[in-house]
This record gives sequence, C-alpha cells and structure tokens, in this order.
Amino acid sequence: MLTFTIRRLLLAIPTLLFISLVIFLLLEASPGDPLGDVPLTVPPEVKERMREALGLGQAWYIRYVLWLKQFFWVEPLYWFDGVFGTQFSSGMQRIISFQSRSPVFDVIAQRVPQTLTVVGFSYLLGVLIALPIGILSAYKQYSWFDQLGTFVSMIGFSMPTFFTGVVLIIIFGVKLQWFPSVYDTTLEVRDWNSFWAQVRQMVMPVTVLALYNAAQISRFMRASMLDNLGQDYVRTARAKGLSERTVVLKHVLRNSLIPVITVIALGLPAVFGGAIITEQVFKVNGLGQLLITAIHGNDIPMVLTLTFIFAILIVLFTLIADILYGILDPRIRYD
Amino acid sequence: MTDPDRQQDLSVAERVDATAAQAGAVAGLPPDDPHHAGETRSQWRDIWRQFRSHKGAMVALVLFVGTILFVTVGPYIWTIDPTYVDIRARNSGFSATHPLGTDQLGRDMLARLMAGGRVSIAVGLTAMIIAITLGSLIGLVSGYFRRMDAPLMRLTELFLALPLLPLLLLMVTLFREPLSQSFGPAMGTFILIVSAIGATSWMQAARIVRGDVLGLKEREFILAARSIGTPAHRMILRHVLPNVLSPIMVAATLGIATAIITESALSFLGLGFPPDFPTWGRLLYDAVDQMIMYPWRVILPGLFISLTVLCVNYIGDGLRDAMDPRIRGR
Repeated sequence: MLTFTIRRLLLAIPTLLFISLVIFLLLEASPGDPLGDVPLTVPPEVKERMREALGLGQAWYIRYVLWLKQFFWVEPLYWFDGVFGTQFSSGMQRIISFQSRSPVFDVIAQRVPQTLTVVGFSYLLGVLIALPIGILSAYKQYSWFDQLGTFVSMIGFSMPTFFTGVVLIIIFGVKLQWFPSVYDTTLEVRDWNSFWAQVRQMVMPVTVLALYNAAQISRFMRASMLDNLGQDYVRTARAKGLSERTVVLKHVLRNSLIPVITVIALGLPAVFGGAIITEQVFKVNGLGQLLITAIHGNDIPMVLTLTFIFAILIVLFTLIADILYGILDPRIRYD
Repeated sequence: MTDPDRQQDLSVAERVDATAAQAGAVAGLPPDDPHHAGETRSQWRDIWRQFRSHKGAMVALVLFVGTILFVTVGPYIWTIDPTYVDIRARNSGFSATHPLGTDQLGRDMLARLMAGGRVSIAVGLTAMIIAITLGSLIGLVSGYFRRMDAPLMRLTELFLALPLLPLLLLMVTLFREPLSQSFGPAMGTFILIVSAIGATSWMQAARIVRGDVLGLKEREFILAARSIGTPAHRMILRHVLPNVLSPIMVAATLGIATAIITESALSFLGLGFPPDFPTWGRLLYDAVDQMIMYPWRVILPGLFISLTVLCVNYIGDGLRDAMDPRIRGR
C-alpha cells in the first residue's frame, strides 16, 4: 500500500506539470492582451516598459519555469515564513495578479472561506441526504418510494444548477421573501442575529448544490446496494437468523459503501467546478467568481494559478479515492 | 429398438413435454424449424421491444421527438422572425399575438424559444458526435493494439485530471474573437463551443469502449476471425465495433444531455453565443436581470433545457436496460 501511494504520488508530478504546461500554453496562444485596455494615446515605448513590468518581456519557457518556481518554491516558503516567523522568502518575487497588483495567493486566501462554507456544507448535506435514500430505494426495489426516488433524482441531475437556483430565488427570494437572494460575504458571525442571517443566506445556495449532488450519489448508492443485496453472503446471513436490520445495515451497507465512498471522493473537485455557476447565480464572491472576473480581465497569473489549483484538487482526490478503495476493500491489492 | 422400449421412450418424451409446458418453458425453447418460426428476431428488433417496455423511456422518447419537431418544424408554422424588434410590444405578457409574451425589445418569445432550441439541440448533437467518435476511436485503438494501450490510457487519465469547466471557460473566452472573425460570429462560436465540449468529454466513452474491447478480444469468434487471416482494419470494423455498439450508443445518448447542459452553462456565464443569436441558455441569461418583473422569461427556457435533458437521460436509461439485460432495473 505504501509503495503504491508513493508510486502514485511520483506519477502525479509529471501529470501536474503537463497540465500546468497545457494551461500555460493555452493562455500563451490566446490573442488577448493584458494591456488591451491601455489607451491608444500611451506611446509604444511606455507600453513596452509596462509590459516589462508585468513580466511579459521574456520568452514563454522562461516565464513558465519562473511561474513554476514561484508556485512550488516561493509561495510555500512564504507560507512557512508566515507560520514560523522566519525570513527565507524575503526579496523573492511572489505571483502577482495583473488586475489588483497584489499577490495571487492573498486574494485566493480571502475567497477560499466563502467557497468552502457553501460548497463543503452542501456536499456534506448532499451525501447525508443521498445515502438513506439510496439504501431505502434499493432495499424496497420497485416500491413507490423507489419509483419516486428514481424519478426525483433523475429530475435532480437533469435540472442545471443555474436554473434551480434562479427558480428558488424567484420563489423564496422574490415572491415569499423568506431568504435573501444575494449572498452577503461581508457578514461576520458575531451573535445570534448575525448567525441567523448567515444561515438564512446559506439556505438557497446550499439547497441547490446539495440537491444536485444528492441526486447523483443516491443513484450510485442504490446501484451498489442492489449489487450486494443479491449476493450469496446476504442469504447466508439471513439463514443464520440475523435480524434484517443487521443484515442490511451491517453486512450489505458496509460492502456497498466501498465504491460509493470513492465516488464521493472523486466528485469533490467537480463540485468546486460546478460551484462556479452557483456562485455566479447567488453572487457569492468565492473562487469561481474570482476565476470568471480574472478570465474577463485577462489576468493571466490569476487564471493560471486558479486553474492549476483546481487541477491539483482533481489529482489529489483521485489519489485519495484510489487509496481509500484499497484500504476499505482488502481484496484490492495494488502491489 | 424393441417395441416396449420405444413405448417407454415416447412416454418419457411426453412426460417431459407435459412438465415443461406446465412450467411455461416451451415458449422459451428454440423452435425446431427456425425458418418457419414466424416473426424474425433481429437484435435491434429485440432491443426495440425491450425499450418499449420501459415506460419512462417511451414517454421521454415521445417528448424528445416532440421537442425536436417543435424546434425544427415550429418556425414554419409560427413564422415570426425571432430577431424582429417590435419595441412597442415589449415586455408584453401571454396574449394571442404573442402566446409566450415578448422580451425587453419586443421580440416574440415563442419564436425565440424555437430558434434557441434549434441551436441548443444542434450543439448537443454535434458535440456528442465529436466526443463519441473521438472516444470510440481512442478506446478501440487502445483496446485492440496492445502497444498503443499504455500511452493512450495515460492521455485519457491526463484529460480526466484537467479541470474541465475552467478550461472550457478559458478556451471560449480566448478564442472567440479570432474564430468569429474568420467564420462569422454565430458560426465561429458554434464551431468553438462544439469542438471545445467535444474535446473535453470523450474520456468516459474511451474508457468504456476500451474495457469492452479488451473483453471481446478473448472471445472465440475473434480468434476464429484472426485465424483465417482477417486484416486489422476489417477485424475492427466487422467484428469488434458492432459488438461494442450498445455501450457506445448509451454513452452517446447521455453525452447529448451533458453537452446541452454545458452549452447552456457557458451561455449562462455570458461566454456562449452572441446576444442576437438565441440559445436556451442565452435566453435564460438575458432574462435573469429582469427575473423579478418577468419570471416567466427565465422559467420557460429553463424548463425547456431541463425537460430535454431529462428526456435524454431517460432514453439513455431505457437504452441501457434494453441493451444489457444483466443490469435491468438498476
């Protein structure tokens, strides 16, 4: 298991390097110019100096390696300094956003909490809803509960989140006025009142994402339960005289959860991607919103860093899913 | 054979027949003379029969065909130009002249929904065809030729590790201008979106096809075909491809749904087609600013997107059930 993990970690390095190169070259091939908004009256030599100041003067491979160094060496060092009060990174150039002229990672650090509270909470809620539904509808296959659950989950992942979000806003935000339709990120939770306001503004985005995730995970849960319910060991367990509760919740559920847990781990990075849309609907200024403004503003370092962080998340969670699978199912041997 | 012996044989045969008939197994036995068995049973007819028994899928198929008729034949019946601006009739509600109302420039919503649906479904179908062709090709090659397997599967894993939505956003923003200039704004965006979606969604199909091809390669009929010296291309086209067609078709159906959702998501983020060129996603995006005053303008295109995707998902579900009896009911 350990050798497998180490091998996979080593394999992840070229993968990530390749992905970063792809994103970098894509940005490089783009016809967009970060100085496109500079007025035409600015003389060309001044424009050239501005270009130098943005670090655009060198050839692309030099800038690429420089960015890699900044991402993997300077930023961790800076973080290390911040934690332990050392001075390793003094004088080193961090990744600077074109738009705000502040370090990219500082901006990202400001945005991460919003995304994490909304996305993380909704994913957790989605899983908590999906598991019981999946278990019940597999146990009572073809019952009205199963039919209804299948139908609702079909609808759940057929309705795009931007539509469910907008419909929820129209119904609960505009007509009934129960919840605010815009997410206020400046809100600080200090007392019960502000906590209540935070809960109220989180209800709609969390519901939208949670329903979407629950729809998918409950389908997986149901299929996996059905696979196991027909197995011989279930009949054996029943023949031994175990109670139905023990058979389903101890024997079948444990075995069915193995593939579902990997699906949950694999889905997590995709949820961050999907949150881009939900954040746009509810005006949450999280990572997704940051990415979209950066793309519109031709902010190359920001786009590159953010997209690469998404890629790291995907590679990391794929690895976690594989390792979890090996740990949970002793029959799987990677070595 | 002596006479009593034969007598006993016959009675045994009779008894077997009788018990079999009781168990209802006679119908399942192959007929003695296949040529006169009545109805011919081809594989596709069998699948169609199975498919018809899936109620949800049949309803979905009817609705999907209805939607396609609505967007293709509809404009010939409801002949108002979707881009015609009638500023005096702007923001009107449901009426006889405009059954679904008009938008903020007085353009007829019914006509716009038809035109938008045509683009959305065309994007879905074309992107699916690209993704499936690419995916099947890569899956077939990596499953059939052992030497190509490792590099192609590494490539697939690399693509699976790409953050797709951010990359799509990036591709569309960066290359919209140059393509619009060379192919015109509508066609350029269409080519861009379709190829971007196609290039980023072939991986699942490739993996499924590869797995199936690997399994097929161990079968006897492949060995037989190889032993009579069938060349590789005919081997793939005649023997392998027809046998992996059913998973490809299921993946294709579900691919339409993903492509339609992705296109409308891009439109919703303001990165899709130009404003005078409606798609369902674009209509929804345009209406969001005024959703407090005119909620129907948001709900209608959204309903169309959801309904189409729901239908396509159900059809995919029915197809999977019909083509693979082992997983029926999952």
